[in-house]
Amino acid sequence: MPQEYRQILKFVDQPGYTPDLDCYLRHGGYETLKKALALPPRTLPDGRTLSGPEQLREEVRLSGLRGRGGAGFSCGLKWSFVDRKSGKPIYLICNADESEPGTFKDRQIIYKDPHQMLEGMILACYANDVHLAYIYIRGEFIEGARILNRALQEARAAHYLGRNILGSGYDLEIHVHRGAGAYICGEETGLIESLEGKRAYPRIKPPYFPAVLGLYNCPTIVNNVETLCAVKHIVAMGGAEYAKIGTPNNTGTRIVCISGTVRKPGYYEIETGKVTLGELILDPAFGGGLREGRTLQAIIPGGSSAKVFKAGERFKIKRKGPDGKETEAELGVLDLPYDFDTIIAAGSMSGSGAIIVLDDSVDIVEALANIAEFYAHESCGQCTPCREGSLWMAKALRRLTHGGGRKTDADYLARIADNIPGGRTICAFGEACSWPVQSFVAKFKDQFVARGAADEARRLANTPNAESPTGKTNA
Amino acid sequence: MPDAPNIQPPAAPVETLKVKVDGREVEVPRFMPDPLSGKPVPTTMIQACELAQVTVPHYCYHPKLPVSGNCRMCLVEFGTPALGPDRKPLLNPDGSVKIAKSPRPAIACATPISPGMEIYTNTPAVKQMREGVLEFLLINHPLDCPICDQAGECKLQEYSVDYGQAESRFVEPKVHKPKRVDLGPRIVLDDERCILCTRCIRFTRDVVGDDALGIVNRGGYNTLTAYPGRPFDNNYTLNTVDICPVGALTSKDFRFQMRVWFLKETKSLCTSCATGCNILIGSREEKIYRYVPRQNDAVNSCWMCDAGRLNYQWIGREDRLTEVRGPTPELRGWSAVLRELTRVLAAAPTGSVAIVASARQTNEELYLLSKLGRKLGALTDSVPRLGEADRLLVHADRNPNSQGARLTGIAGEPLGANLARIAEGIRGGTIRTLIVFGEDVTRHGIGADLLSKLEHLVVSDILPNATTALAHYLLPGCAHAEKRGTFTNAKGRVQKFMKAVEARGDARAEWDFLLELLSGLTGEKRWAGIEALFNLMAAEVPAFRGLEWKALGDAGVSVPL
Ligand SMILES: Cc1cc2nc3c(=O)[nH]c(=O)nc-3n(C[C@H](O)[C@H](O)[C@H](O)COP(=O)(O)O)c2cc1C
Ligand code: SF4
Ligand code: SF4
Ligand code: SF4
Ligand code: FES
Repeated sequence: MPQEYRQILKFVDQPGYTPDLDCYLRHGGYETLKKALALPPRTLPDGRTLSGPEQLREEVRLSGLRGRGGAGFSCGLKWSFVDRKSGKPIYLICNADESEPGTFKDRQIIYKDPHQMLEGMILACYANDVHLAYIYIRGEFIEGARILNRALQEARAAHYLGRNILGSGYDLEIHVHRGAGAYICGEETGLIESLEGKRAYPRIKPPYFPAVLGLYNCPTIVNNVETLCAVKHIVAMGGAEYAKIGTPNNTGTRIVCISGTVRKPGYYEIETGKVTLGELILDPAFGGGLREGRTLQAIIPGGSSAKVFKAGERFKIKRKGPDGKETEAELGVLDLPYDFDTIIAAGSMSGSGAIIVLDDSVDIVEALANIAEFYAHESCGQCTPCREGSLWMAKALRRLTHGGGRKTDADYLARIADNIPGGRTICAFGEACSWPVQSFVAKFKDQFVARGAADEARRLANTPNAESPTGKTNA
Repeated sequence: MPDAPNIQPPAAPVETLKVKVDGREVEVPRFMPDPLSGKPVPTTMIQACELAQVTVPHYCYHPKLPVSGNCRMCLVEFGTPALGPDRKPLLNPDGSVKIAKSPRPAIACATPISPGMEIYTNTPAVKQMREGVLEFLLINHPLDCPICDQAGECKLQEYSVDYGQAESRFVEPKVHKPKRVDLGPRIVLDDERCILCTRCIRFTRDVVGDDALGIVNRGGYNTLTAYPGRPFDNNYTLNTVDICPVGALTSKDFRFQMRVWFLKETKSLCTSCATGCNILIGSREEKIYRYVPRQNDAVNSCWMCDAGRLNYQWIGREDRLTEVRGPTPELRGWSAVLRELTRVLAAAPTGSVAIVASARQTNEELYLLSKLGRKLGALTDSVPRLGEADRLLVHADRNPNSQGARLTGIAGEPLGANLARIAEGIRGGTIRTLIVFGEDVTRHGIGADLLSKLEHLVVSDILPNATTALAHYLLPGCAHAEKRGTFTNAKGRVQKFMKAVEARGDARAEWDFLLELLSGLTGEKRWAGIEALFNLMAAEVPAFRGLEWKALGDAGVSVPL
């Protein structure tokens, strides 16, 4: 029986658990921080000595933690890229912009257990010699920002934050910065621009790798809310212990957000890779299955930007066993273990951990039109393929869902989408807006063609002269 | 952009590295100067390609602006030497270095090169990416080339020839944006033509230091605009028209005046201050339509100020002086007037003549006037013209050639110091003949009352003024656009300019009739053309020693001051 594994969400939603400092302290809060700040230097067998912060970084490296914001990039590796010799301050930013459609996990932590996030953040800051950090929170989370500011005040008053934290000599200040309602502010370099008071235009890399030229052109770490909470648990239990949770290379827990046409939409924390997509959707412990009489049509496995899976799809997945040997197995979509590597191997991604389930009641063309509308609205418009392509696709889908379709629109859409991703754009939004179109159109082509054909037939029946969908011969 | 900016490798010996561009090995500097700070920064792919004479199509990249990397036109494929586990390069069976091709393309404008890198600019994938970008840029473009000022020098048109599709497959309604936006006193914007490359924004913010332009709205509705409620009005706004790769930003002055392909382009200089910005004069049928900056990294980079750029209309003014005149109506035509003048000057006692030259004249003319002055034992000077300097180009000295006036010895020390002495001499009656070139001396302390005391007032000018009105001898001269010559800018750079249009009527290049006058006075033979005159001046004027007309090239040569 697959079960939830609540580590980060351990107390969240428990009756009587409140977001204030006292409650957090009653549940063992800030004990990890106290221990970490008191860590004496440790001498390694090879004679090198690791400072307290270096030991924390080592634990995070050992833990195998991968970022929970979307890309699943190794947290230890990210921290190791930080330019520590520049002489400039190092900044840390907690990415609390949570905007990927289908994702609603970070807000559970922010609203219900803010001090856990702060403790994780303070630990990450201490580990990286950061003295000034920011929480960039999605503009719509108005109450969330209030809660965080209250928590910061409490933490400051109790000397978990500010000058000379708990007498350790370590200083840290954290500020909350609210976004103004743009998805692109979640992209780390767009976020940094926004934090600097500019339009959230993502930066070109090279040269603007945050670890070297981030906030105010200083080395900067951007981590997701959930990632930073995981840091707290890694420090508490040790990296090696943490790595035993989950599966190799996909360690720890993940908070999965299940939405769409399931009986029990919600957030569930699991051991990464220990639960399959099918279990997450169908098991009573998770999504609880589809409604009466419905059949599964499609699954979006990692937020709306992830490539869609079609019900019944089968994949050949290469996997490394515990002995390190690679084996290939054929798996149905519902049998895919929900982890970073497997979902990538199946051609999509687990992204922000948001699973969107579409049963047979869903009109696939409408669903894609909805997604495309979102990305057209959220493209920052800085670079050509994404700016023009995202709106073009949305307009084509608007037409296709409003009676102006053509049989050829499936190919038309695919050709637009093919010109956007693969490094053609400044940021990964290019992929985010084109992957859904590419995958929906490829996997459900018959529905797109049928929709267009029906429109053509109707137009022909209504007005004998209508040759062009827009009424114009050529735009 | 009439003059495509080119990249000049730094002169000093530099650390180099070898890369391959489309299979051809080139050795390029490892670092190139940053366009703003001048500090060495890693050489990028686009610079390496340029040095290898391979052009990578681009819209947003401009060598004089910080890189933005937004248009994506410059995407190329590339590879780097494959490394083994020991970090040593792997070799192919034939012994060549094995190249690991990057699975993702890179923008050439922002990606630094590394040793052994191979850049591929003409693969099918690269071509396809360019076609994709171009299609995206065109779908919402109004395609109104027939009425667009940029037509003929438009990068959209240019690249459409190479990468465009004959037919549009775009069947959606286009995005509509503001048209004919009055951005400021000199600029009109068509937002539908704008491809959002941000060149104008970066120039205005990073080069001029005026954070006046920006983009509002989102995604496909992104719209370039000026700061709300504030006109786009600094002294450099018209440069945005030059660097705008399309016809979005247009100059109110030049808009709809002339098709650019009809314009003859002449290398010239701005004469509105001592900076000496290099320009191209655009003219057709003896009429000047515009000035645009011409790149000279030692002087003005790719820019010029608006005031200088628009200061050309006077050249075509209706009231230009077009008739050579002597003291009596019977005396007509250059040869008769000059002959009579030669006679008068030859008869003038030493010390009875003064010359006021203009620091708007060329080195050659000032040299000849100074020679004339020495021959006549004349007191000479020229007129200072001062304004306020700015932090970019505009010099406080508003004469184009004060240095020339100093170096040829015609000017007082400091420049203008002798004007009062000349006035005094006229008042006291010692100075009986005054020769004035290109200045209205009534505004510089030698009033009409003094001028009317003179026996001979010899004036050469271009436009009528209070001094020309009193002249006994009136010698119509040429605007710089109507002749050839050189100026020496504030920093001592000797630069030449070429003739763009014919002067009207009798108007004649001053150096030309001065030569005639001097040879008449001295009996020396007259030298042939401007080249010979320049070389002679270089031989005689110590500051110009060693210079040669030919060697000045297009960019000029600096002399020590
Ligand atoms: C278009 C786009 C939107 C993103 N939005 C978010 C977001 O809302 N929250 C987030 O944590 N990461 C988001 N990311 C990922 C961030 O860029 C960054 O990778 C992440 O914050 C790093 O944190 P992690 O390493 O802890 O995952 C987004 C990325 C892209 C390309
Ligand atoms: S890919 Fe899209 S969101 Fe990202 S920078 Fe380009 S236009 Fe903006
Ligand atoms: S107006 Fe011209 S220079 Fe400015 S962003 Fe648009 S296309 Fe680029
Ligand atoms: S800075 Fe001086 S030389 Fe340059 S354009 Fe302006 S006035 Fe002319
Ligand atoms: S020229 Fe490189 S992205 Fe525009």
